[in-house]
Amino acid sequence: MNAPRTDIIIAGAGYVGMATAVALKSSAPHLGVTVIDAAPAGVWRNDTRASAIAAAASRMLDQLGCWQSILPDAQPINEMIVTDSRTSDPVRPVFLTFDGEIEPGEPFAHMVENRLMNASLREKADKLGVVFIEGAPVHGFDQGDNSLTVRYGDDKSLQARLLIAADGVKSRLRDMAGIKTVNWEYGQSGIVCTVAHERPHNGRAEEHFLPAGPFAVLPLKGNRSSLVWTERTADAERLIKEDDFVFDAELEQRFGLKLGELRVEGVRKAFPLSLTLARDFIKPRFALVGDAAHGIHPIAGQGLNLGFKDAAAIAETIVDADRLGLDIGSIAVLERYQTWRRFDTVQMGVTTDVLNRLFSNDNVPVRALRDFGLGLVERMPRLKGFFIRQAAGLSPTAPKLLQGQSI
Amino acid sequence: MAQAERSTIDAAEVERFSRMAAEWWNPQGKFRPLHKFNPTRLAYIKEKVCAHYNLDPNNPQPFKGLRFLDIGCGGGLLCEPMARLGATVVGADAGETNIEVAKIHAAQSGLDIDYRATTAEALAEASEKFDVVLNMEVVEHVADVDLYMSACSQMVKPGGMTFVATINRTLKALGLAIFGAEYVLRWLPRGTHQYEKLVRPEELETALGAAGLTVTEKVGVTYNPFADSWNRSTDTDVNYMVLAVRS
Repeated sequence: MNAPRTDIIIAGAGYVGMATAVALKSSAPHLGVTVIDAAPAGVWRNDTRASAIAAAASRMLDQLGCWQSILPDAQPINEMIVTDSRTSDPVRPVFLTFDGEIEPGEPFAHMVENRLMNASLREKADKLGVVFIEGAPVHGFDQGDNSLTVRYGDDKSLQARLLIAADGVKSRLRDMAGIKTVNWEYGQSGIVCTVAHERPHNGRAEEHFLPAGPFAVLPLKGNRSSLVWTERTADAERLIKEDDFVFDAELEQRFGLKLGELRVEGVRKAFPLSLTLARDFIKPRFALVGDAAHGIHPIAGQGLNLGFKDAAAIAETIVDADRLGLDIGSIAVLERYQTWRRFDTVQMGVTTDVLNRLFSNDNVPVRALRDFGLGLVERMPRLKGFFIRQAAGLSPTAPKLLQGQSI
Repeated sequence: MAQAERSTIDAAEVERFSRMAAEWWNPQGKFRPLHKFNPTRLAYIKEKVCAHYNLDPNNPQPFKGLRFLDIGCGGGLLCEPMARLGATVVGADAGETNIEVAKIHAAQSGLDIDYRATTAEALAEASEKFDVVLNMEVVEHVADVDLYMSACSQMVKPGGMTFVATINRTLKALGLAIFGAEYVLRWLPRGTHQYEKLVRPEELETALGAAGLTVTEKVGVTYNPFADSWNRSTDTDVNYMVLAVRS
């Protein structure tokens, strides 16, 4: 018996999978798009994390018609400071400050809670006619002549011309496709939690390079901030299991009391950090996007932005090919996506890796060197401007959606 | 006995054709240059056909209702995209093997394309008419350019159009398209193109004019080795395409 058919299956309903679905469906409404996710319906609402959305990514969300509903709950980052210090330093000298606007009225990034972004993308996808199948893990897929059959849930299958895997850094579909990765464990974990504080943060983001790794404070709406707190994995595991009193004391030592009294909201979680790069991003009728293609160190807050770039690039590749009558799942078509994204990804992976090695240590000559470097960047406005534009995800070769244009 | 033997041979042949189809359609294989080149010429064809017939390029099947001929269709690299865009397509190639290969691949792709092992002269003789005649990378291989172009042109309906793509007969083409592509880069087997058989744009224009067609545009296609991509340009010294219409 032949399985039912669609054009494109996206495995994974995280923000990268959803952004891909919306980008495809809004530019090519005639293509059938089905999103299959292992998590039961509604579980995505439990995601308490927040993400930094660089200007390019918010332009894309705007182009997709999702930004307006997110904006009221998005906290602009008006200013960012970087310090290089030891945990116990009472005063941390500021080495680098960034004013947050890339163009008047457009901050270089916003902080958005994942579930709000996801809600907006899902609502849009629904309106556009994207089909959702939730609570159904993908078990495998088989290559046919001109299609691929995906087996999922309890004994169901669906045929498509292209399967896009957006199932995260531990992608099972990547393994099923036989794609190998280059993997590097940092021995660090990122503790992620939300902190409420007495006084307003005024939209200021801080990144403190402490010896165990970066400690980042990112402003959320209201008197709340999102933390990404890097520690050696054993220390992180110990910290999240400590009782509130010990955790709060450790937090206070790093966060300081300039925003008044602190209170941890909700759960605290630790995620082991690693650099994972897929050796190939494509196979016939198969493509990797987001963390499935690349998991990088969160030191520069670029994970989401790389994922959105993938979504924009694969959507543009497919829509352009479809408009020329080409087979959207063929390697000839998918090659463009791989060439487009791989260099940028490796570059970002290496950059974040080098930054982490440079900053997550307490070696005196290395400290002197990096502080000298940061000082130089601070004194050279054009170099600083370059870094800000990079961090904002704006480059002339970026996919159209990231430049705020339609495909 | 004889029956069984014949069916064995047929199965072996089908197997051979399938392998060749896979080769034709392998973008990393022998036909890599064609696959690289394909999006550029497809984009040109789509743009010009839509403009000529006043069709909406955002319609997923803008060519619905138009009858296309792809002469020298090979494995069907142009026929399949045209069919996906809604065209009724006849693919013709003198090589019977190519036609078998193209049929197998079209069936795999779920596309309905009328493939025929025949020549332009035979089709013209049978009074076949088309809205669009695609004549891509063929004219530099034929024995008599004028005769061939006249047969192809006859099949263009009044108000119809034709695209001719080929390689110019210039020293630059000798250096890049023959010496470069066949001897240095080895994209193509040596001897694929012979210098004296290459065709100048004005020769095409004369042949098209004699058959009652008017050339409306000439465009060069150049290779960018750094981006490994082909782009349209005003430089018609090596690869070029000519667009002609019958009023």
